[in-house]
Amino acid sequence: MDKTKKKRRRLIFRTLVLAVLVGLVVFAIIGNLSQDDAVVAVGDKAPNFELVQFGTNGERKSLKDFRGKGVMLNFWATYCKPCEEEMPYMQELYPEYKEKGVEIVGVNLDSTKLVVNRFIDKYNLTFTNLHDKNGQVMDLYGISPIPSTFFIDENGNVVDKVIGPLTLEKLEEHLKEIQPEA
Amino acid sequence: MKKIKCECGHVNPEGTVLCEACGKPIEGNQHIDGNKKDSLLNMRYEGSARRSQTYNRSIVDKVWNFFSSVKVGVWLIIITLVASSLGTIFPQEMYIPPGANPVTFYEDQYGLAGKIYYQLGFHNLYSSLWFMMMIALIGVSLVICSIDRVVPLHRALKKQKPKRHHTFLKRQRIFGETKANVDMDAFKSNLHKNRYKVREQEGHILAEKGRFSRWGPYVNHIGLIIFLLGALLRFLPSMYIDDFVWIREGETEVVPSTGGKYYVKNEDFILENYDPQEDKRFQEALMNQNVPVASNYQTNAVIYERTNNDVVGAEPELKVLSREKIVVNEPAKFGGFALYQSSFQLDEFSSMSFTLHETGDESAVLGKFTVDLTAPKMEYKLDSGARVVIDEYFPEYYMDGNQPRSKSKFPKNPAFVFYVYPPDGGEPEVSFAGIGMNIDPTNENDYKLNLAGFDTRDVTGLAVKKDYTLPFMGVGGLIFMIGVIQGMYWNHRRIWLQPTEDGVWIAGHTNKNWYGLKRDIEKSIQDTGIEMPEDQQQLKG
Repeated sequence: MDKTKKKRRRLIFRTLVLAVLVGLVVFAIIGNLSQDDAVVAVGDKAPNFELVQFGTNGERKSLKDFRGKGVMLNFWATYCKPCEEEMPYMQELYPEYKEKGVEIVGVNLDSTKLVVNRFIDKYNLTFTNLHDKNGQVMDLYGISPIPSTFFIDENGNVVDKVIGPLTLEKLEEHLKEIQPEA
Repeated sequence: MKKIKCECGHVNPEGTVLCEACGKPIEGNQHIDGNKKDSLLNMRYEGSARRSQTYNRSIVDKVWNFFSSVKVGVWLIIITLVASSLGTIFPQEMYIPPGANPVTFYEDQYGLAGKIYYQLGFHNLYSSLWFMMMIALIGVSLVICSIDRVVPLHRALKKQKPKRHHTFLKRQRIFGETKANVDMDAFKSNLHKNRYKVREQEGHILAEKGRFSRWGPYVNHIGLIIFLLGALLRFLPSMYIDDFVWIREGETEVVPSTGGKYYVKNEDFILENYDPQEDKRFQEALMNQNVPVASNYQTNAVIYERTNNDVVGAEPELKVLSREKIVVNEPAKFGGFALYQSSFQLDEFSSMSFTLHETGDESAVLGKFTVDLTAPKMEYKLDSGARVVIDEYFPEYYMDGNQPRSKSKFPKNPAFVFYVYPPDGGEPEVSFAGIGMNIDPTNENDYKLNLAGFDTRDVTGLAVKKDYTLPFMGVGGLIFMIGVIQGMYWNHRRIWLQPTEDGVWIAGHTNKNWYGLKRDIEKSIQDTGIEMPEDQQQLKG
């Protein structure tokens, strides 16, 4: 009697201590992981934002304005060479996919309008480009290296996230992913 | 549970090496502490049962027993130490140049070793899952090892009886026989004088002092565990934030990690140096330095709180919270956050002025214009009727092959491609101008742009901190130190005395400082007729 009682008490004690310790470890790991991608991950709702659009007179556009369409959200800057390299691909595919219900939205991180306007002229970019002058949207999306691209479906969910430049083929594949069903 | 009954009548738990009550070595368990017949007894943990093999049935017990092993704990620490040092071979990801792609950076910089380093995940070691696991396992091992030792040790010290088995005394390091009549009362009063607690049982004496010292390591571990808990709490953004923001003079930035609630404006950054002429005290030391020595880094800042709650990117409505002079160690504090002066960049270009001349004739100025580098205009109309159009602007100019490019968006080395339209409305000329250079690509230009002046501004770097875990660290550290002091500056000393047919046996044990114990014995046996015992280890050595 006494023996089994003692044995059970010890088992309960050990189980409790282990449970507390495991709980703490799990807490630490989840805490650490969520810190790593406290940013927008695949499957998340793309957080809304609002920025001034290039080529307009200070007109503001928000991500919500594109609801119902697939959105390719591309973070870029004029001084970033790989960003510059993928720009022509984006422009090449844009007219075709615009017809199919996909919008390309560039979020530019430069500080001066002049530089960006010259760049847009140089590559004849016709898709929407927004000015994230203070890097607030970049911060919101947790971008560190550019180019970084989010592919968002018509319901505003992030379908894919690409860090680094895209080739023409890759880009087209991803655009197909977010093409709304007709 | 199989209990072991000693011949003194005491019932010991399974795995006991020395009987808790009388100290008699328990047969069949001597291998646990490596005791050999006739050699000195291993006294660690009083020979108590540390890990019961009987309870190894369920998974809980198996896990428990794994972590209960000091050997496992030591290996966990060794592995973590080795891994930590490997993580310092190449820079961690957060310290590689901003914008560099880690996928290629390590291989480009350090070759194959760098590639392996990256692929094994050492570039992000200290926040990697497995490294975290190692730290966590050390914590688990610490807790379980401590519980599994402090409980039996406490039990053994509580259960010990003054009457010990004769082999226990004989196999102590300090042991001596006296074959004569001795004065027991004088011995006891001597022990009392030396602040020993004396217990007696059938003429057997146990004198003990400083048992409190034995708990030092466990108190120390409690402190360490509280410290680790504090470190764990740093994962909660509500408890701990460590961020950083660069702000140019005159600009307002959102304070990162505050959810866009606070903004800060840099009104002025001030860097002051000691003046060797004025400061007599440090004059000599200052003269020995070839470079100026800074006496103050300061940011005059305005802290704002956002009053509207719109989407990110929308114009914020700001309310002034406070105006602060942020100096090193004197942060601006607001809403649980603190802004610390932690970095700066001096003299970033903010504007550049140019004058237009005819080539070869610098006396007649055909107009002057100033380019605001934060918002350059497309076109500048000059008084003479000439126009200057900025075709390209490179904030941080460099040559990429034979192509001018900018490294960043910050005007650290600004350069322009200008189109100069002459006053008479003729064809434009191309001119390339920057800091310390003025290039006429065709060599046929009739007009020339000269740099007439520039303005600069400073950039301040502020660290954003919030830390509610410090009290945990403080309390943990304090308890840690109390444990260390407890274990280091007190010794647990025991003296046993046992009557024999023709005299007495005396034995002594301490966890450290055997010299001190011997002196205590020397003082205690004065005028008692007891002979000074011998140090059996020294005799053998």
